[in-house]
Amino acid sequence: MPARTTEQKTVLSARAVERTLKRMANEIVELNDGTADLIIVGIQRRGVQLASRIVALIEESEGVEIPTGSLDITLYRDDLQSIGPRPLVGATSLPGDIEGTNVVIVDDVLYTGRTVRAALDELADFGRPARIALAVLVDRGGRELPIHADIIGKRVSVEPGDRVDVMMDEVDGRTAVVIVPAPGEDEP
Amino acid sequence: MLDLRPVLLAGGRLIDPSQGLDEVGDLLVSGGVIEAIGGRIEAAEHAEVIDCSDRIVSPGFIDVHAHLREPGREDVETVASGARAAAAGGFTAVCAMPNTDPVTDNQAAVGFIIRQASRAAAARVHPIGAISVGQRGEMLAEFGEMVGAGAVAVSDDGKPVVSAQLMRSALEYARTFGIPVIDHCEEPTLSHGGAMNEGIVSARLGLKGIPSEAEEIMVIRDILLARRTGGHVHLAHMSTRGSVELIRWGKERGINVTAEVCPHHISLTDERVGAYDTNAKMNPPLRTASDVEALREAVSDGTIDMIATDHAPHHYDEKEREFADAPNGIIGLETALAVSVTHLVETGSLGFATLVERMSCSPARLFHLPGGTLRRGAEADITVFDPKMQWIVEPAEMVTKGRNTPYAGMTLTGRATCTIVGGRIVYKLENRAGAAATGGQPARP
Amino acid sequence: MTNTLGKDLLGLEPLSSEQILLILDTAEPFKEISERAIKKVPALRGSTIVNLFFESSTRTRISFEFAEKRLSADTVNVAASGSSVLKGETLVDTARNLEAMRIDMVVMRHGASGAAQFLAERIESNVINAGDGTHEHPTQGLLDLLTLRDHFGTLAGRRVCICGDVLHSRVARSNIWGLQKLGVDVAVCGPRSLLPNSIDEFGVKVFNRIEEAIEWADALNVLRLQYERMTAGYIPSSREYNRVFGVTRERLERAPRDILIMHPGPMNRGVEIDSDVADGPHSIILDQVTNGIAVRMAVLYLLAGGKPELAEAAKGGSDRRPGSSRMTEAA
Repeated sequence: MPARTTEQKTVLSARAVERTLKRMANEIVELNDGTADLIIVGIQRRGVQLASRIVALIEESEGVEIPTGSLDITLYRDDLQSIGPRPLVGATSLPGDIEGTNVVIVDDVLYTGRTVRAALDELADFGRPARIALAVLVDRGGRELPIHADIIGKRVSVEPGDRVDVMMDEVDGRTAVVIVPAPGEDEP
Repeated sequence: MLDLRPVLLAGGRLIDPSQGLDEVGDLLVSGGVIEAIGGRIEAAEHAEVIDCSDRIVSPGFIDVHAHLREPGREDVETVASGARAAAAGGFTAVCAMPNTDPVTDNQAAVGFIIRQASRAAAARVHPIGAISVGQRGEMLAEFGEMVGAGAVAVSDDGKPVVSAQLMRSALEYARTFGIPVIDHCEEPTLSHGGAMNEGIVSARLGLKGIPSEAEEIMVIRDILLARRTGGHVHLAHMSTRGSVELIRWGKERGINVTAEVCPHHISLTDERVGAYDTNAKMNPPLRTASDVEALREAVSDGTIDMIATDHAPHHYDEKEREFADAPNGIIGLETALAVSVTHLVETGSLGFATLVERMSCSPARLFHLPGGTLRRGAEADITVFDPKMQWIVEPAEMVTKGRNTPYAGMTLTGRATCTIVGGRIVYKLENRAGAAATGGQPARP
Repeated sequence: MTNTLGKDLLGLEPLSSEQILLILDTAEPFKEISERAIKKVPALRGSTIVNLFFESSTRTRISFEFAEKRLSADTVNVAASGSSVLKGETLVDTARNLEAMRIDMVVMRHGASGAAQFLAERIESNVINAGDGTHEHPTQGLLDLLTLRDHFGTLAGRRVCICGDVLHSRVARSNIWGLQKLGVDVAVCGPRSLLPNSIDEFGVKVFNRIEEAIEWADALNVLRLQYERMTAGYIPSSREYNRVFGVTRERLERAPRDILIMHPGPMNRGVEIDSDVADGPHSIILDQVTNGIAVRMAVLYLLAGGKPELAEAAKGGSDRRPGSSRMTEAA
């Protein structure tokens, strides 16, 4: 069996992320049959950056500014009691009444599906959209709940211990999608 | 008592300030008295020989201030358990304060204490009678009858004598019987509601404080009244630097004032209250480092004449409550010697001879009690103690029924190893791990 | 940055500045929840919280109750009376009973200083001090800090004067410690009979006249004057108190800068503070009330996560063990 590399592997470069987001933006508009009643909500933290990029791309191509919002799902996590010290809660802010709108949730990585489940619960506390769709930059499989993404940037196949990191200029100083392998057996 | 075995205390350091004695030698007890002292003594075949090498042999310690809680609160201490605790602490005699329930303010009550003490057959117990009937601060109790029944002093301790007129009368009347009037010095309007010393610690903890002046105002009042009346006023549990200065003033003028200090006031400050520890709550409260320093100097130079314990056991449930609601008081009979050795002798404030003077000779002399000497022919009330033994204070192992001590878990130096009252051994430290009182009683139920 | 507060919140004195900032930063996103139509998040769903109030208090109790319910916790209010001696059940027994009912958290207000510590030492549940005697009222101190931060931006170097009965005030103590830890210059102002004798050792400036305090401060935190102080002889009358120490519009007009006015409530209008000041443009008193809920939600949220052993138990699937008694054997 070949030795596993412990090096990070770049799956999407900055340029590749740009291209992918452009396609995703087009798919969002296509899925919605236009821009009417469309709201894009990013999940803290990097989902928010992705959402604002997507909104900028839609404005470029359609000439319409889509209302954006951000959602922090920390308080809706199903594992809140057992994670020990509390993570800081980020900002949640929605653009007005979401009643009857078409909401697209944007997140960086779709994995177990629990984050999206929490986001759905939280949105429900704000109102009743006509439809909610999910757009993710990376789908890494490994679902623990029956959740699927309507719009997917890239599918990757990874081992359970691996991490898929999405980096955004605004937060990390560069843009890329990287796979960080799990530490090997003889490593400390 | 007639068929007591003689006891030979061999090779101890004999310290007896009443004879100016401080030398290594033997001491023979026979027939309830000190038969011979000093040098090498040959004992009879049947004598019990106790090896006192590395020990100090002194006249028995006398505690002029303890609360034995009987009658009324036998759940917390009795004359018997208190007398045994005293013996375990090296005391051959203890004076019992009258704030019992009912108050010990008449001859029958005094007689009861005397009888209970003789049944206990441990340390001697000298009753103190109340100054006022019921300790209500209104009418004088019958000093004469109480003294006749065995009372050695009068006090309303637990409470101050608020009325200066009553204090004056008490001092004058007590002169008739040659007994001291012991006052718990506390000006009640200043101390009202207070739970600890007034200072930065009480301000931080949000507890109402008792200022030093509450004590000092009554100290000077009592000293002035003693001057006016010629009576003997004894100031209980002194706790402040100001009080020390006032006592010095009084003594310089030849006023008949004597004073005691408790071991906790020369070893702990108000910081010990820490996070609201009710085992550090007593009245007068623990004060500041400056007060501790002044009190140590005073014990050393004799401004303060004696060390007394103010032994005040309380039930666990009573202390296990919010600080302001908890009763005042800590136990002290079994830690007094060790605290004094650790915080007075080991700190260099005084030597063992002075310590024995303050714990035995002065109480006997100033309160006219038997004991306080190892003279030939004197009653054999003797304390043997190890001045270097280190031990950890374990409340659960104490002889007293009380467990309320701020020294729990602390390591102290100095421990009584053998206590003899009237020629009879009433306490022997059996082993290093714990104490087993002789007399056949278990340590606690 | 420490992101735990330990098991309990008993006061601000034991906290580090990092911990205080953690609470304030955590409170920020919680403000928004009170603006939603559905003012609820499931963060503490299934938690049982008892509000154990030995002293009556509408404002603080309601604030805590809203904070708890907005986090989806189940709350029970217990109004107990007076000291243990009077009411017949000791605080120890109350503590044990709560523990036997598997309460997750207790919010307690009690008339004895040190009562919250007493309870916290004896039960495994989280204990939040909602005011113990004259000792501390940490959530009040925290909401005061948050409100000041909202208005000032940064706290370090600001000047805050606490006016009134500092001697008997737990709000004053919590404020003094909280403000000092965040680098604020703290002063107190009041009649000497209502300041602790050792106030100089607290590291605060002392003003004897309200005019001096107004001249100096960026913000005043005005404390309520209680009627009992007159009957106990600390000061002669509320009329004189208002004449000499009252925060009035005339006095504020002479202030060299825009002073913020705070008050923990409830106010004695016309005594320590005049109505036109309390309702005037400088007053941020209502902001304090709003922030109170966010701060309390933040505290509940942070304390509920402070049990790593729960995380271990959750992984192993074991049940939570009953609390152990902390007492030694009785005599």
